[in-house]
Amino acid sequence: MAERKFRVWRSDAENKDAGSFVDYTIDVDSGMVVLDAIHRIQAHQANDLAVRWNCKAGKCGSCSMEINGRPKLACMNRLNEYDPAETITVQPLKSFPIIKDLVTDVSWNFEQNQKIAPFKPKLPEADGQYRMKQADTDRVQEFRKCIECYLCQNVCHVLRDHQQKDNFVGPRFMIRLASLEMHPLDRADRIPQIRKEFGSGMCNITKCCTEVCPEHINITDNGIIPLKERVVDRYYDPVMWMWNKITGGDKQG
Amino acid sequence: MDVSELQTVEHDILVIGAGGAGLRAAIATAQQGKSTALVSKSLLGKAHTVMAEGGCAAALGNVDSRDSWEIHFRDTMRGGKFLNQWRMAELHAQQAPERVRELEEWGAVFDRTKDGLISQRNFGGHRYPRLAHVGDRTGLEMIRTLQDHGIHQGFDAYMECKILALLKDGDRIAGAVGLWRETGRFIVFKAAAVILATGGGGRAWRVTSNSWEYSGDGAAMAYQAGAELMDMEFTQFHPTGMIWPPSVRGILVTEGVRGDGGILLNNKNERFMFNYIPDRFASETADSEEEANRWLEGEEGARRPPELLTRDVVARSIRAEVEAGRGSPHGGAFLNIASRREPDFIRRKLPSMYHQFKELAEVDITKDPMEVGPTLHYFMGGIRVDSDSQQTLVPGLFACGECAAGMHGANRLGGNSLSDLLVFGKLAGDAAVEHVDKSSSKPATADAEIAAVVRNATDILNREDGKNPFLVHEDIQESMQQYVGIVRSKEDLETAIARMQELWDEVSRVKAHGSSQFNAGWHEALDLPCLLITAEAVARAGLLREESRGAHTRLDFEGEREEWGNYNIVVRKGADGMKVEKIERPPPPQKLAAIAQASLEELEKNG
Ligand SMILES: Cc1cc2nc3c(=O)[nH]c(=O)nc-3n(C[C@H](O)[C@H](O)[C@H](O)COP(=O)(O)OP(=O)(O)OC[C@H]3O[C@@H](n4cnc5c(N)ncnc54)[C@H](O)[C@@H]3O)c2cc1C
Ligand code: SF4
Ligand code: SF4
Ligand code: FES
Repeated sequence: MAERKFRVWRSDAENKDAGSFVDYTIDVDSGMVVLDAIHRIQAHQANDLAVRWNCKAGKCGSCSMEINGRPKLACMNRLNEYDPAETITVQPLKSFPIIKDLVTDVSWNFEQNQKIAPFKPKLPEADGQYRMKQADTDRVQEFRKCIECYLCQNVCHVLRDHQQKDNFVGPRFMIRLASLEMHPLDRADRIPQIRKEFGSGMCNITKCCTEVCPEHINITDNGIIPLKERVVDRYYDPVMWMWNKITGGDKQG
Repeated sequence: MDVSELQTVEHDILVIGAGGAGLRAAIATAQQGKSTALVSKSLLGKAHTVMAEGGCAAALGNVDSRDSWEIHFRDTMRGGKFLNQWRMAELHAQQAPERVRELEEWGAVFDRTKDGLISQRNFGGHRYPRLAHVGDRTGLEMIRTLQDHGIHQGFDAYMECKILALLKDGDRIAGAVGLWRETGRFIVFKAAAVILATGGGGRAWRVTSNSWEYSGDGAAMAYQAGAELMDMEFTQFHPTGMIWPPSVRGILVTEGVRGDGGILLNNKNERFMFNYIPDRFASETADSEEEANRWLEGEEGARRPPELLTRDVVARSIRAEVEAGRGSPHGGAFLNIASRREPDFIRRKLPSMYHQFKELAEVDITKDPMEVGPTLHYFMGGIRVDSDSQQTLVPGLFACGECAAGMHGANRLGGNSLSDLLVFGKLAGDAAVEHVDKSSSKPATADAEIAAVVRNATDILNREDGKNPFLVHEDIQESMQQYVGIVRSKEDLETAIARMQELWDEVSRVKAHGSSQFNAGWHEALDLPCLLITAEAVARAGLLREESRGAHTRLDFEGEREEWGNYNIVVRKGADGMKVEKIERPPPPQKLAAIAQASLEELEKNG
């Protein structure tokens, strides 16, 4: 066992928009992750410390927070990644309102998801089965690995610095849209929605989202850029533009 | 306290729990036009179901067309050591394929066969490749599909809201009282039907694959409301949990590792599972490494390797190796897939295992073996329900998913839980709708009952001082780990039960410091009574069952006793404490008994 120092953001009891860092020193064992340390602080020194977690294995996306300023899953971040003498600073995600301590209000994300037109399958084949080639499902499966940790939403500067939550759904939902648009069985058309309501134009491809994704989803290159291309094809391609004028709609076929 | 000032909402149906079972039930009720509340302790999409790795069992016959519901049923009964409810195992095997295909219609993207159909993988106890899967993140695919489909069906989701107690109107169910975790405010749900889908109670053990949510709330609340619990002695220890470093002890290593070829070795590099093949499975299990290798290469006549025996057998075998001094350095066994499969295959089929070991244990599983040992994983037991309607003894109260009993008997086969959630989630939803349609009047809730629940909860905050709830939880875990573990004895179980009476005293004196908002200590304190009720039920049922069967192993009563095969054990609340008794099983329908006893050849011929 060795001692380690932590600084953890604690909200004020009276005013949840205010708070301060509190120092804790605990004994740690080998192999511990930051979430273990927070639990130890909680059990022995601060019973009311608020933190979200479920799986402790990087599968549920509950334990997102900023550790030494970097957005991470606390359950997958080992203490031995830091110098033993270093104080580890833990604070809540910056892009969402704080509920208490390390817990933030991520309800905005659930609202975005609700707005997305649901999956609309084509009819099955004559024998009642759907057939898809593995190669055609690979890229959709990549997007479907998302554990909704919202780390990407947290770092995207459009949401974080420019407060454009009303105009951009953020990388998480761009890849959810991509997973629907590229789904071999889906026949809904979300391109107009993606352009207007979801603000695909707001993303300027900084790739910060891809860098933090714990599932290593290539959000920008495989998801957002192809979606942007589809939007461009639809709206700036003169033939398509004429077609829209003639048919009076955005819908394909 | 003035109850009329509490937030009160009214729905036709209240679904408690938003894992696979709760979501599937809520989809069923909302689709049929019933006003539905879906409540969960965590955010939507974070329930245990999200963690499931290996797959969802259904006799689709996509990989091996000899498979059929009859063989799935037979495997399930044999895996459950014939203590399953026959009708539930039948319904499950028959309906699972339809439920899985339906997920595909709702957008799920399972791994594919060469022909483009849903691919299926091998798992312990399943005769054929049967588990529909997505790499090793099947649960995520399932919960996300249900969630994304569900949110457009019109139910109201109440997230981060813990139900504290059920409410009754006379005999029948009337609703529940909940607590908003964020604000610390209370909420009263009024509903003519309530569906429990709260999952298991594994947090009563120290080494477990379960999250904080698994404090046995559903079972405990149903027990308090007058429903019965059944099969509680059967707690599944998954043979392969991580064991090193200490902080990850218990985290699951999917059975998919063995399904895809992984083997178990002791510290002498022996493939010890060949020494532990039970008679019942001898004719269907490879008896040499050479045969097991041929199976891996896909040879039709070759029998399955012993690593794929049912979980109870594998978990006990690892324990026996450790006891005999042949364990791995940290007290487990070696699980090796690196020597069996190419790195690319491993990374594609088991990506999250690869990351989990790389990041948490600094082990590269494409090169080195994993160290694994048993971890408390699953509750076969739970709330006793009617096999067709999932209704409990309390009219209007239903249960499905892991919190319900009956489907898995003495031992669950891997992959049979995800399919269980879908099948019985839907059936519970359908039955609840029917119940609401039949009820002529709305049940009324009693203010005094509500006030008592609120008072009990706030007492924990208001008392001057008291025990630290986290430390009391650790005490419960220590005694369950030590006395109600993978092998049990009369003496140990009695010690556990005696210890629990002291723990009840501790639980009643816990104190939560701080305010009522998102107060982890308070939430922990509120989980403790549920944890203790379920733990006590496990210990008491375990004491009564004087035999070793499936997941329940008694040192002092070795082997299955034929007479015990005729009984399930039921736990209910009596006037002066917990009542435990054995109830006789009705004889099985002839048709089903014939299938369960038939040889594989006969079933394959007919199928
Ligand atoms: C790591 C792991 C891997 C697994 N792999 C597989 C697999 O490959 N195949 C398989 O078939 N099975 C697997 N299982 C088992 C399977 O995942 C679970 O049995 C199943 O997901 C349980 O689903 P459920 O819907 O019953 O409950 P859960 O998904 O656990 O949901 C329970 C819900 O109830 C809510 N709840 C609980 N108490 C309350 C309360 N008091 N008030 C309000 N809400 C409450 C919770 O918040 C949660 O939403 C695995 C389990 C684990 C832990
Ligand atoms: S690439 Fe686009 S979505 Fe991703 S962080 Fe940059 S601006 Fe945001
Ligand atoms: S895309 Fe990656 S970073 Fe974003 S929410 Fe999903 S898993 Fe998290
Ligand atoms: S606790 Fe699930 S991702 Fe960290």
